[in-house]
Amino acid sequence: MYKILEARELAANIYLMEVEAQRIAKRCQPGQFIIVRTDEEGERIPLTICDYDREKGTVTIVFQIVGAGTKKMAKLQAGDYFHDFVGPLGCASELVNEPEEELKKKSILFVAGGVGTAPVYPQVKWLKGKGVAADVIVGAKTKDLLILEKEMEAVAGNLYVTTDDGSYGRSGMVTQTVKDLVEEGKHYDVCIAIGPMIMMKFVCKLTKELGIPTVVSLNPIMVDGTGMCGACRVTVDGEVKFACVDGPEFDGHKVDFDQAMKRQQMYKTAEGRAALKEEEGDTHHGGCGNCG
Amino acid sequence: MDVLKKVPVREQDAKVRAANFEEVCLGYNKEEAMEEASRCINCKNAQCIKGCPVAINIPGFIEKVKEGDVEAAYQVISEASALPAVCGRVCPQESQCEGKCIRGIKGEPVSIGKLERFVADWARENGIKPAGAKEKNGKKVAVIGSGPAGLTCAGDLAKMGYEVTIFEALHEPGGVLVYGIPEFRLPKEDVVAKEIENVKSLGVKIETNVVVGKSVTIDELLEEEGFDAVFIGSGAGLPKFMGIPGEQANGVFSANEYLTRSNLMKAFNEESPTPIMRGKKVAVVGGGNVAMDAARTALRLGAEVHIVYRRSEEELPARVEEVHHAKEEGIIFDLLTNPVEILADESGWVCGMKCVRMELGEPDESGRRRPVVKPGSEFVIEVDTVIMSLGTSPNPLISSTTSGLETNKWKCIVADEEFGKTTKEGVYAGGDAVTGAATVILAMGAGKAGARGIDEYLKNKQ
Repeated sequence: MYKILEARELAANIYLMEVEAQRIAKRCQPGQFIIVRTDEEGERIPLTICDYDREKGTVTIVFQIVGAGTKKMAKLQAGDYFHDFVGPLGCASELVNEPEEELKKKSILFVAGGVGTAPVYPQVKWLKGKGVAADVIVGAKTKDLLILEKEMEAVAGNLYVTTDDGSYGRSGMVTQTVKDLVEEGKHYDVCIAIGPMIMMKFVCKLTKELGIPTVVSLNPIMVDGTGMCGACRVTVDGEVKFACVDGPEFDGHKVDFDQAMKRQQMYKTAEGRAALKEEEGDTHHGGCGNCG
Repeated sequence: MDVLKKVPVREQDAKVRAANFEEVCLGYNKEEAMEEASRCINCKNAQCIKGCPVAINIPGFIEKVKEGDVEAAYQVISEASALPAVCGRVCPQESQCEGKCIRGIKGEPVSIGKLERFVADWARENGIKPAGAKEKNGKKVAVIGSGPAGLTCAGDLAKMGYEVTIFEALHEPGGVLVYGIPEFRLPKEDVVAKEIENVKSLGVKIETNVVVGKSVTIDELLEEEGFDAVFIGSGAGLPKFMGIPGEQANGVFSANEYLTRSNLMKAFNEESPTPIMRGKKVAVVGGGNVAMDAARTALRLGAEVHIVYRRSEEELPARVEEVHHAKEEGIIFDLLTNPVEILADESGWVCGMKCVRMELGEPDESGRRRPVVKPGSEFVIEVDTVIMSLGTSPNPLISSTTSGLETNKWKCIVADEEFGKTTKEGVYAGGDAVTGAATVILAMGAGKAGARGIDEYLKNKQ
């Protein structure tokens, strides 16, 4: 059992939880993920790590309610326990393995969309710890759905917030901000984009045109998360990869996004999609299979 | 009673069981078991023991069954095996103990597997536990993986007095016994969980949710967590795919995924939050035991199921009993057939599988006749689900994170057969992680060998 030390709602349907998990906290790196099960019967839900505290032995996760499993999770409070919490899974972000001298020479851009802001945070924080200030674009549907703004501000070089409806910060999609920044004369050596599949697809399309190498973090359907089931297979540069062990980060210019988006719909029934549309209303931010 | 024939074992009717997940074979009752036991002629030089990878004293336990002393029979089996209720169900007895039985020369061999199962089930129902550990010797051993190899190794070491902790990557212990083999062949709660309880009752600790190689490394276990030796029984978990076009379409699964959803995550039960594809027409590609398990699971979930296998019936690697059960239940065998492409509709869902007919040519390196394509034989089977059951290979998570641990070209850990000794001091290994995908009982045999090896090593180290 894994104790929840903190639980709070960051925005409508988006929750943050800090969980006691000594083994994971000791070894995890930015870019890796965990799998959580709420109770004995629960499904295995993969979530990218948002933060960790090695001394305290805790790992922080952020999730959005997208189905029955995450709905159940959201009901848990500080002091409650997760039945299972396993990790750290997947490979660390490529940045982690780069020599510090090389990193310091680089101009890095992060593009975060919606709840994808959470997995971007530990990478930016890690870089700041190495004395590297990265630019970060955070996109949200609307002002109320913006998460981790203050936290990100504290670790980013420059933070650019944009909302689809213009209710806060810049107005428009994250791709617009990328374009604007480059037109303003910014130069980036590498871009890391994490968010809804459709966002990553369009960021990659743009950065390819702009000639900026781009890394994306994929969150396909998974069961075990250790390479056993193959549910998470994605085609990257014509080769089949398992996101859980080969990823979750891949060269965004080589990912077959259309196939990945189709595979994400595998277990989404017509009724499920309708229910999701009803429930999420204007807050809808991809992943339903309707808008992919 | 015809002494040349086995006492028949009761089974659920094929038509009834095709629609449920209850166990197929119902096993012997005491009367039937004693009658079957009386067929054993108690050979002095018992060949059956030689056929058993864990060397159970078979005539010894059967003798006790004959006398009606089932508890004594259980203790005889427990000396050699930690998982008798499992082995009585899933061992390929026909090619092991029963394959060597002298009775088998003129008639049918003694039904050793069903007798073992009866003894183990009786012991469980009557609350009999394996004989406990001697005094603890204060030495700590880490066992990686709680499948048949790990459980056996841990059980043996605990009996020798070692303090054993098993590290399991999944949320439930049991490995392939839990995620791979279906309920109707091996009941999880009544059989697997109880045998694991027995291993725990010997003093073995099990820590779930630890992916060795990720959550902790072997080097850390030895250097920081105070373990004196490690046994790796992490299995062969990585599924193979064919590499044909269309394999990424929605509705194509590895048998591992399909079975894990149904078995570990209980997706066969509609109440389970984990979903599974309930296809109408399912093709299972492959001919091994895992293919049979996947096919019979799909059948129970309401599908018309085809086994698609590139060789002929004679070469099917599955156990005869499994093939027989599958046929009885209505699985259709499309033999000498090989898929070349999976067809998908415009939204990416499987709508068919293009296959070619095969014929058998000259024997290949495996000794089986090589299947060759019949020119111009291409045709399409309409299916909405394809399950690839082409075998598995060991997970490199451990070997790639452990210093000095050698693997061969198939990513299998290099370890000797007699003691499971690897190229790294204090580290032993066995089961599918060493051999590639094999059987439960061979993994158990390797677990025993590993326990012997570790015991030798730690005794000499003093």
